[in-house]
Parts: sequence; structure tokens; C-alpha cells
Amino acid sequence: MRVPLSWLREYVDLPATQTGRDVQARLISAGLEVETVEHLGADLKGPLVVGQVLTIEELEGFKKPIRFCTVDVGGANGTGEPQEIVCGARNFSAGDKVVVVLPGATLPGGFAIAARKTYGRTSHGMICSSDELGMGDDGTKGIIVLPPETEVGRDAVELLELVDEVLDIAVTANRGDCLSLRGVARETAIAYGLPLRDPALLDVPGPNAYGYPVRVSDPAGCDRFTARTVTGLSPEARSPIWLRRRLQKVGMRPVSLAVDVTNYVMMELGQPLHAYDRGLVRGTIGVRRAEEGEKLVTLDGVERALHREDLVITDERGPIGLAGVMGGADTEIADHEDVANASTEVVIEAAHFDQVSIARTARRHRLSSEASRRFERGVDPAAAAAAAQRTVDLLVLLAGGTADAGVTEVVAPSAPHTVSTPADHPDKVAGVVYGRETVVRRLQEIGCDVYGQDELLVTVPSWRPDLAEPNDLAEEVIRLEGYENLPSTLPKPPSGRGLTHRQRLHRRVGRALAGAGYVEAPTYPFVGEQVLDQLGLAADDPARRTVRLVNPLNDEEPSLRTSLLPGLLGALRRNDGRGSHDLALFETGLVFLPREERGAAGHLPVDRRPTDEEIAALDAVLPEQPRHAAVVLAGAREQAGWWGEGRPAGWADAVEAARVVAREAGAELTVRGGQYGPWHPGRCAELVVTADGAERVVGHAGELHPRVLKALGLPARSCAMELDLDALEAAGDGTPQAPGISTFPVATQDVALVVDKPVPATEVEAALREGAGELLEAIRLFDVYVNDEHLGDGKKSLAYALRFRAADRTLTVDEASAARDAAVALAGERTGAVLRG
Amino acid sequence: MSAPNKSYDPVEVEALKPEEIERMRDEALAAFAAAASLDALQEAKTAHAGGTSPLSLANREIGALPPHAKADAGKRVGQARGAVNKALAVRQAELEAERDQRVLVEEAVDVTLPHDRVPPGARHPLTTLSERIEDIFVAMGYEVAEGPQVEAEWFNFDALNIGPDHPARGEADTFFVQGPDGGADSGVVLRTHTSPVQIRSLLERALPVYVICPGRVYRTDELDATHTPVFHQVELLAVDEGLTMSDLKGTLDHMVQSLFGAGMKTRLRPNFFPFTEPSAEMDMLCYVCKGASVGNPDRPCRTCSSEGWIELGGCGMVNPRVLTACGVDPEQYSGFAFGFGIERMLMFRHNVEDMRDMVEGDVRFTRPFGMEI
Repeated sequence: MRVPLSWLREYVDLPATQTGRDVQARLISAGLEVETVEHLGADLKGPLVVGQVLTIEELEGFKKPIRFCTVDVGGANGTGEPQEIVCGARNFSAGDKVVVVLPGATLPGGFAIAARKTYGRTSHGMICSSDELGMGDDGTKGIIVLPPETEVGRDAVELLELVDEVLDIAVTANRGDCLSLRGVARETAIAYGLPLRDPALLDVPGPNAYGYPVRVSDPAGCDRFTARTVTGLSPEARSPIWLRRRLQKVGMRPVSLAVDVTNYVMMELGQPLHAYDRGLVRGTIGVRRAEEGEKLVTLDGVERALHREDLVITDERGPIGLAGVMGGADTEIADHEDVANASTEVVIEAAHFDQVSIARTARRHRLSSEASRRFERGVDPAAAAAAAQRTVDLLVLLAGGTADAGVTEVVAPSAPHTVSTPADHPDKVAGVVYGRETVVRRLQEIGCDVYGQDELLVTVPSWRPDLAEPNDLAEEVIRLEGYENLPSTLPKPPSGRGLTHRQRLHRRVGRALAGAGYVEAPTYPFVGEQVLDQLGLAADDPARRTVRLVNPLNDEEPSLRTSLLPGLLGALRRNDGRGSHDLALFETGLVFLPREERGAAGHLPVDRRPTDEEIAALDAVLPEQPRHAAVVLAGAREQAGWWGEGRPAGWADAVEAARVVAREAGAELTVRGGQYGPWHPGRCAELVVTADGAERVVGHAGELHPRVLKALGLPARSCAMELDLDALEAAGDGTPQAPGISTFPVATQDVALVVDKPVPATEVEAALREGAGELLEAIRLFDVYVNDEHLGDGKKSLAYALRFRAADRTLTVDEASAARDAAVALAGERTGAVLRG
Repeated sequence: MSAPNKSYDPVEVEALKPEEIERMRDEALAAFAAAASLDALQEAKTAHAGGTSPLSLANREIGALPPHAKADAGKRVGQARGAVNKALAVRQAELEAERDQRVLVEEAVDVTLPHDRVPPGARHPLTTLSERIEDIFVAMGYEVAEGPQVEAEWFNFDALNIGPDHPARGEADTFFVQGPDGGADSGVVLRTHTSPVQIRSLLERALPVYVICPGRVYRTDELDATHTPVFHQVELLAVDEGLTMSDLKGTLDHMVQSLFGAGMKTRLRPNFFPFTEPSAEMDMLCYVCKGASVGNPDRPCRTCSSEGWIELGGCGMVNPRVLTACGVDPEQYSGFAFGFGIERMLMFRHNVEDMRDMVEGDVRFTRPFGMEI
């Protein structure tokens, strides 16, 4: 809501010294979010005067038509001689009154005016358009032509009210009353402790039987409908400058007198109004719900199929307006350019419609208007009659009309709204003792009637439908007493239990991966079919079943991720493209997996706690949202340098990242060869844990498939790991147990075993471990050797260092050798391993 | 026992003459002194102190002397050998010290060489700043609560007093999730704030409830320098008997003091949110200029645009309707809540100028933030 300070002063006698910034500060602390204060004409400097065009000479030979004019500016130029001015606009004739800026003046934007040669003549100033004066669009697309009665030589800065301050207020959804000058003026008056001249306090004639016939068939949707008629409007009448200027300052475009007046009164009183051309309305005006199949062309020229819940204004023919949202094209007031068809008789509608009904209709038709914005947020029903009267008065005054004696008022009976609240409730909410007297005084200031002692019965004013509960009233008291005066105290929460295991694991995993050289890159979860194809997922891969959005930002990415890789690989590509080639990134985040059975979430009540069953039913509709952890790698894992060669990132780094994460989770991770989607089929590890006695694949790691890398434009040999962190957590074995530490000497034995190439090293190691028995303290694979000539085709040699130690004695060489032989024997039995000769 | 050797002739035992022994000793000492390296000293040692050196040979001759001459000669030779061995040890020590010094110098390295073999990793500042804030409240006894990001509308809106026709529901820029049949009316959305976690906390936890709810939220804003469709919030909820707006104010003050240092404070301005009543917008004192830039054009403040205050987020007393929807008796319990965006705080706390830097995953942006913030 834009509020010109000059207009505001009409209702509140603010001290002359108060600037826009001062008022802004007061209103902000009272709770109105004044976002900006615009200084209109701040850098404007005269002379800017009214002139009358005397002669016009059309200059030929230029690319566009140019006029050389002489303009009478009275004595404003010091000589009284006509001012010679070159002008490119064409919407004026000799004799018209115009706005002339003289040399020495400065226009908004710092545009200094001086006499200058142009088009072969000297122009001593300029004839101005509203744009050049910073007035906003007036719809003329040319220079301003003033009414003929305007006095020549008069100061145009004052005439056009060019210097002003405009407060721009972001009105919250509960304060429909502040979408009007009246509402903002009321808040200003309270903030300054000054009286308010309420523009809605007008003498309004009572309803009678001669008014325009109106029938309201849906009193719940429309509890008030006032109709007034004005006849004998002059077709030539235009909105006066002051009215046009005020509309421009609040951000509306002047259109025609009747429309301008209804807009003006809406801005002043907050009551949306509609003016019908009486000649175009057929019979009784009605208010009802639309019928199936009805259509209406609204003022914006759009034909709308109406819904049965839409509240419509009708005449004999059917709907002529979408109630409280937008009028229909059929009964529209003619534009002022169209003098021949100009409306000379209008019917004014000032009605009050149900907030919810208007909100739904506006949303349904995606049609938000000045009217619907106000009705949705609450309009003062008691101001309807005054608004109609104000409109009638202005039309009579400005268009020479006659107010018809008939006054129609259809009012559904309703009681004033009351709220009962303990007098000390605001004190309890604030933690401050205000006392009953202060509470009552503050409530009265905002227009409440207050009765009672300890328990207050508060009748809230008609313009504040948002005040419905004790806390609403408490807020009014606390804000007027000043939020800034609240003391600062601390509550005493009970002792907490710290972070949960899952939360600590999440942090630990992040630290461990960052410690291993990975940089965290949280990415967007939006994905499309394309990237799933590029990742080489099979047609029946469960990761292709996605949660889809109704209104994605990008139609190419309508789904939520089922894997972290699309986003993370995107970040990898982006970094690579920006010149960082040696990359190790990680992300931890939720993925979204739709359930097999998918229903729609039901609507639960809010006037009680839903039952556990109701909550469970709601949760059952939501997708599963486990937390995953993923890494991607490209380029060098270790850089080359003065110390020697670098080392490219490889599949083993990705697998190791999985081990890092598993270690943090305290989960025993089994790594085995696997094949899955985006990974290189020969370089993909399947990551397996055992939880509750069942084996579960929790993720994959390794080098990515060359086809995937090509499709995604990623560096060759890029690697990745992704696993389900929640599943890993479930497999964690909780509290680590301390091992017994023997201080007896260690006995070390190395063995080299030859096996077939496809035999996994983990199986050989497991057999050695089991065969060696409990004397084995540690085992480590220290070399893998492949040489077909020495070992035979298809063989590899695995060299292990075995460390033996007993808890209670020094081992003899024989004991250690026996354990080693047992280990080798079992490995031979299980994997076909033979000692390398 | 053998008979004494009578057939001796002292004149014949040339090597045992005193002059001869002195000469041998002096030659040895000269050789040691002349040895310039440990190797040379080793050669000199073999020549002058070894088993076949002249003094050793002379020593063997002593037995051939008559008894009266033995003691004399033995003493002379013994003294000479003692002097030779001592000189050898001294020279040996000298040469070893020399060698040690030279080698250590030769082994010196340029300790300024970089060793960026594995470039450092880092955690994202959005993560670490969120944790920093969580920890402030965990230290006070609050617990961290989490919830789903794909959320039922009832949790995201209805239970928060944002009914189906509430204007705020339309203004929330919500991503809607398709129903099973692809329909738009599934009742499921991407959460637009972390407030549904407050509802879940009230439903699941025993009273009193003191929780902090960090997490990702979604709104249909296109990514630009100041907007992102995916961002992070931290919200706090306290529901207990007798909580007041002053408690809210004190809790906010404590938070900004913990994050920005002593002397920091917050300011509340009335505002409207459906889930709180009364509601407020919260500002914090500008931690850079502490308000000194206001009305002081000579000392403009970039962080707060010389406003003196930085807008943080929204807060208020939990609307009794929200408590009712969660089965909490508003006659007995009251509560306060606040929430703000982590991105915004990161921007003004760490001078991030473009929102896009926070979402693109560029390692150059993230690395300087390290492990903690």
C-alpha cells in the first residue's frame, strides 16, 4: 500500500516538521512494515509553469514531425514575451494549456534545462510530459494538456503536487484495514497520540424502497449490499488534477472519472466499489453462486468458465461480474475517450463479501485484483454505506451528476464481534505488568469497547475482523506499549540429552570425509528423466521411480532425487569447467523414494490433536526419505610435486571413502565385486552390511562407466561412491570394546599365495584369518604380483604379512609357523591358494 | 719356568733404545695430526697403533731384555703407546665432530617447500553455521529435532493455523507434489519452512518441549544473486508453563551474543504470522558498526547499509490454535518460536555477495571455511 504523506495529513494533523522518515519510524514500531519512503520531486527545481500554446509551426525535413511553438507563460520568464519552444509531441493544439519548464530548471533525474539549438531553431525550455515530471503513466503517451481554466503563469510544481513523500507499506495478511488511507491514518493517529478525522464519518441517508432493485440470494457470501444511482453525469467531465495525482501516487492509472472516483474511494476507505453503466444493466441486480456451465467475460477481456462456488453479480441475463474480484465487460463504464458512448447514469455497488469465498475464487481463476486483495484480508462491512455516499458525492461534485433519492441496502443481520479475555492476559503473554488500566486504554485506542473488571468483554471494531482471540488483543496492547520495551529474560529448559546418535553420526561423517580431503557440496535435489538415462539406469531400476512435482521450476527436472549422484556429478562438472581438475567432493542429504502404495494425504482437523492412527496415515503417504552419503572424484587424488609423482584418483579411493564412512558408523562393511547402473562393470564394488542378521546392500563404489562419463561430460576415470547412511547406522555395533593388549614379543611371518585372478583378496584374507586362529594379531596384504610367465596364465600372487602374538607367553618359532601353516592350508582349501615356491 | 735368557745384548735391541721409542711416538703423533679424514686416520692408526706398528713390535722385544732393563724399556714403551692412543682418540673425536657438522649442513633442506600432496577438504559453511547455532541451544538444554522434507500439507500449513483459504498459504510459493495418479491434489508439498518439525515435536515429545529445528526448505524462487529455491532455516520452539515474550527476547539476545559477541542485542518489530500471536520481525544490532553508522555519512556501514540493524527473521508467541492442533492445552501452556535463514546470516556474517556461490558447490568457495565456522 502506497501512502502519500500529503494525503495522510488530511486525516491526522501531523506536526509540519515530521518527515516521511519520521512517520516511517513511528509506523514501523507500531507494526506497519514501511519498506521505503519515496521522495517525489526531490531533485526537481523550477521554474516550471503553466503556459498556453499560441502558435504551432510544423517543421519539415526531419525524420519525425517536429513543432516549433510559441507559448505564453505570463510573467514567468521575466519578459512577458512568448517563449519559443521546439516540441516533438503532437497531442496538443494552439490554445491548449500545457506545462512548460524554463531554462535554469532541473527536472527529476538531474536533467538540467537550458536554451539549446535543435532542429535548426533555439528551444527556450520544454513542454513537459508526465513521464518527464516523474508523475508516472497517465495513459496519454504525450505531453500534459491541462484543463482550459488553468491560470497561465501559475507554478506547476504546486499545481501538479510534484513534491511529496510516499510511504510504501507491506501490509500483512491480517491487516486488510491498512490497505486504505483510513486504516493507515488510524495507526498514525494512535502512534502520534493525535485525533483521527475519520473519512468514513459521513451523513448517509437511510435505505428506502426507491433504490435500484437488488436481490441477495446468498447472504452468507454477501452480508451487505449497498446500491446508489447517480444520473446526469457530464460525458466531458474529467478527473481533476488533484484526484489524478493522488491515484498516480498510490500507483493507479487514471482511466475515466467514474472509475477514478471508485478507485479513489477504495484507496481512501478500503471499500472496493463497482460502477455499472445503468444503461447496460438489465433489471434486478442479484448476488448468488454461479451455476454449472455459466461463463463471464471479465474486464480484462478473459472469458472465464465459472465454478459453482464462485459468487457472482447477476442481472436478468446472467452473471455480470465476479463478485469482489472483477466486473464483467458487458456493463463496463465507457472509457473517457469514447465521449459518444460515455455513461451518463451509473449504479454504484458497495458490498461486503465473505473472505474465504473471494480468496477461493481469486485463486481458482488466478485473478488477484485490488478488490480481491482487500476482501481476502478483511474489509470493514460498516463502511460500505459511507463509501457509496462518498462516491456519490464525488460524482455529483466532479461530473455534475444528480444523486438519485433511492438508496438500496441489503443487510444480513449480525451481532458485533466480542472477545472475552482476562484483564491480565497481555501481562502474562508479555512477561510485563501493564495493569488493567493500560490494557483497557490501549484497546479503546484501537476502537474497541471494553467492559468488565478482571474479565474483560471486548467488542472489536468492525474494521478489525482479525481480532478474534485473547492473544490478538494482547498483541495490540504489547505493540502499542512498545515491543522495544520488553525486558530480556531467559527460560530454564530441563536438561537436554544432547545430539542423537544419528545427528552425531551425520556430523562425524562430514568431518571424516573433509579430513580425508573431500569438499562438501550440497546440491539441489531436482532431477529429470534425462540424467537418469545418462546414468545408465536400467528401465526397471527402482531409482527411476521418483517423487514428482506439480510445479517444478524447470520442466526438464520435475522429480526429486533418488540418488545424490546427479547433483554431485553436476558440481564435479561445474568445478572441472571452471578450471579445478583435481576434485574430491562429498554430499550428505536426503533422497526421496516413493512408497509402493501411494495415497493422497487426508485433511485432518486442527481443533484437536489428531489420533496416532491419523498421523500414521498421513506419514504413510510421504515418501521414504533416507539420508545418503556420496563422494565423487576426478583428476589427481595426490598431486605431483617436488616429492615425486602424483597419483590419479581411482576406484580404490571411492571404496576407501565408503570404509571411512562405515568406520564412523561403527559398521562392519563388506566390500565385494558388483555391477550397478552408473559404474564400470569391472570396477564396481558392492557395499554390504549385516543388520538384524540380514545382509543388505547399502551402496556402491568404484570407477564410473565410460559411457556415463561421456554422456555427462565428465573427466575420464571419474569415480564415485554412494551409500545409505541410515542403513549403515542401523548396522553399527554401538559401543566399541577395548581389545586386550599383550606385551609379549610379536612373531612375524610373511606368506605369498598364488591364486586364480578372479579370486577376491577378501576371501583369501578371511580364510587366512580363520585358519591362523586366535594367535593371529593382525594381517596385512602388502603386495599383489601378476606375471603370467612366472606364475602361470590367469594367476596372481598375494603377499601377506601375518603378525602372531599370544596373550600369556612368548611364542616359539614352531608355534608361529604352525599357525601360519594352518592359515595357508585353509586358504588353499577355500580358494585354491598355493604357497608361491 | 724357562731359564733366563743369558745371551742378550742390549746394544743389539735397536728398537728399544729411548731415542728410537721417542721417534716412533713422534712419528705416530705427526701421522695422526696429519690425517685429514677419518679414513686417513684409520690408515695412520693401522700404521702407528696397529698390531704390526713399530711400537707394537718394539713392545714384543721387551721380553728379550735382561731383567734389569725390562722395567725401564717397558715403562718407556708403555708411556709412548699411551700417548699415541690418547692422541688417536682425540683426533678421532675431532674428525668425527667435523664430519657430523658437515653432513648435517649438507642434509639441510628448504623447509618452505609446500606439501600440498592431498589438498585439504572442507565442510560447507551452511552445514557448519547451522551446527554452530544448534550447539548454542544444545548447551542450554534444547534438543535438535528433524523431520521430512517432503511433508504433508497438514504439518506444513493446517496445523500451523494456515488454513486452506488463508492468504499466507497462497503467498508461500509452494512446490506441490503429484499424487499417485499424477494429480495436483495429493496434500503433499516440499516443506516451505522448518515449522512442520515444530508440530511433529509437539506431537511426539513430552512437555515441556525445547527444540531447535534446522534443515532444508523449498520455495518456488528462481536462483539469482539473492534467492534460491532450496535454502536452509533454523527454527526454535519452546513450549512450557509460563513462557513469555520477554523469554523470547532474552533467548534471541543470548543467541546473537553467542554468535557475534558481548554487547549484541536484538530488536522486535510487530508483524504477522499465522502460527504466532503476537508476532514480530526480529532484527539484530549490526555487529560491524554497532549502530554507529546511522546518520553518520562519514562512516557508512556496508553490512547494514547504515541502518544500524540487520533483519534476521520472524518470531512470536506460539498461536494457541497451534497448541490446540497438537493437543497441548493453551490454558496451561504457552510457547515461543523463531526462525531465520542460514543463507542470509552466512551472507552478512561472512560477506558472501552472491547467493549462487553457496549453491554451486565450487570448491574455491567452500575450502576457506574448513571444518568449523
